Amino acid sequence: MKFVVYLSDYIIPLLFFYIIGMGILMKRPVYDDFIKGAKEGFQVVLGIMPTLIGLMVAIGILRASGVLLLISNSLEGITSIFQFPSEIVPLVIIKMFSSSAATSLLLDLFKEFGPDSYIGRLSSIIMSCTETIFYTMAVYYMTAGVKKTRYTLAGALVATIAGVIISTLFMGFMKL
Amino acid sequence: MINYLWAFMIIIGIVYGAFTGKMGDISTTTISSAKEAVTLCITMLGVMSLWMGLMEVARGIGLMDQLTRKLRPLLKVLFPDIPKEHIVNEYIASNMIANILGLGWAATPVGLKAMKELATLNKNSKIASCDMCTFLIINISSLQLIPVNIIAYRSQYGAANPSDILGVSILVTLCSTLVGVAFSIIARKLSKKS
Repeated sequence: MKFVVYLSDYIIPLLFFYIIGMGILMKRPVYDDFIKGAKEGFQVVLGIMPTLIGLMVAIGILRASGVLLLISNSLEGITSIFQFPSEIVPLVIIKMFSSSAATSLLLDLFKEFGPDSYIGRLSSIIMSCTETIFYTMAVYYMTAGVKKTRYTLAGALVATIAGVIISTLFMGFMKL
Repeated sequence: MINYLWAFMIIIGIVYGAFTGKMGDISTTTISSAKEAVTLCITMLGVMSLWMGLMEVARGIGLMDQLTRKLRPLLKVLFPDIPKEHIVNEYIASNMIANILGLGWAATPVGLKAMKELATLNKNSKIASCDMCTFLIINISSLQLIPVNIIAYRSQYGAANPSDILGVSILVTLCSTLVGVAFSIIARKLSKKS
């Protein structure tokens, strides 16, 4: 399993090497292309900035008032059976509704425990293997004019919960 | 939905804080959180621009089209009810590729186009088709292989090696997607029987 950690270091440099190398071989204006894409990235971040400010303030208030602590303390009894840190439960639940709210909560965990702590790593992995369920379903089904979504929600929940369980197992397995 | 969620968080926080005597903390946090959001966005500006720039170069060398074509045989298995040469195959494939590469903003418009076509194939029924269910379950199971944003957040908060979660996160993402796919296939079989 050491291999997986090792692999992590190689993915990004290799991706750059491959894409830029291929671009040069195909005589593409790689730098111009890069700048064009980077401009779009800039716009995307500027677009989410107001959302992030609003939500980080809200999460900050929840943290400062002690509500978050209250929630994770009251969940501790249940989650300790599964050896799952109760601090991450609100993150998993909020992620189903809103991605930016979950991001604010993730950052709050980073601040509290540090990104390299067990909680920091586990929540990073959970955040990257889950998606907003209700938002995605609402937008997509509204477009299609569908009212009865049949087994979509069940499937989405199963995939999400599987992601959380597998993340926890892997973390324990690899002692990250 | 988000309007209620946001208001709820703030109101609950302030009411609870009033009882626990944390009003001073709340005042400081409100201001400092807003500042922190901006600091974070500055890190994000760097990482996201870098990633989007690289992806534009990737588009230039035809990597997206190549990957979309490679996905086609897989689509036949996942969406058996879609006619072979239908345009929706194209939409679904590019939606999935954009999601895999972490270009969520590019994935949504084409994903919505795919949903519209699926609705036409479903005779605009108000009940979702099996193909729609599969498409959404796979989308929600999270396809994004490289979580650039998470790596940016980790670096902002001082992780020693922000991308060291990459290996595990790719494995877990694959596993959760496989679970979503398996669920979709089984649910489709069961719903056809009844």
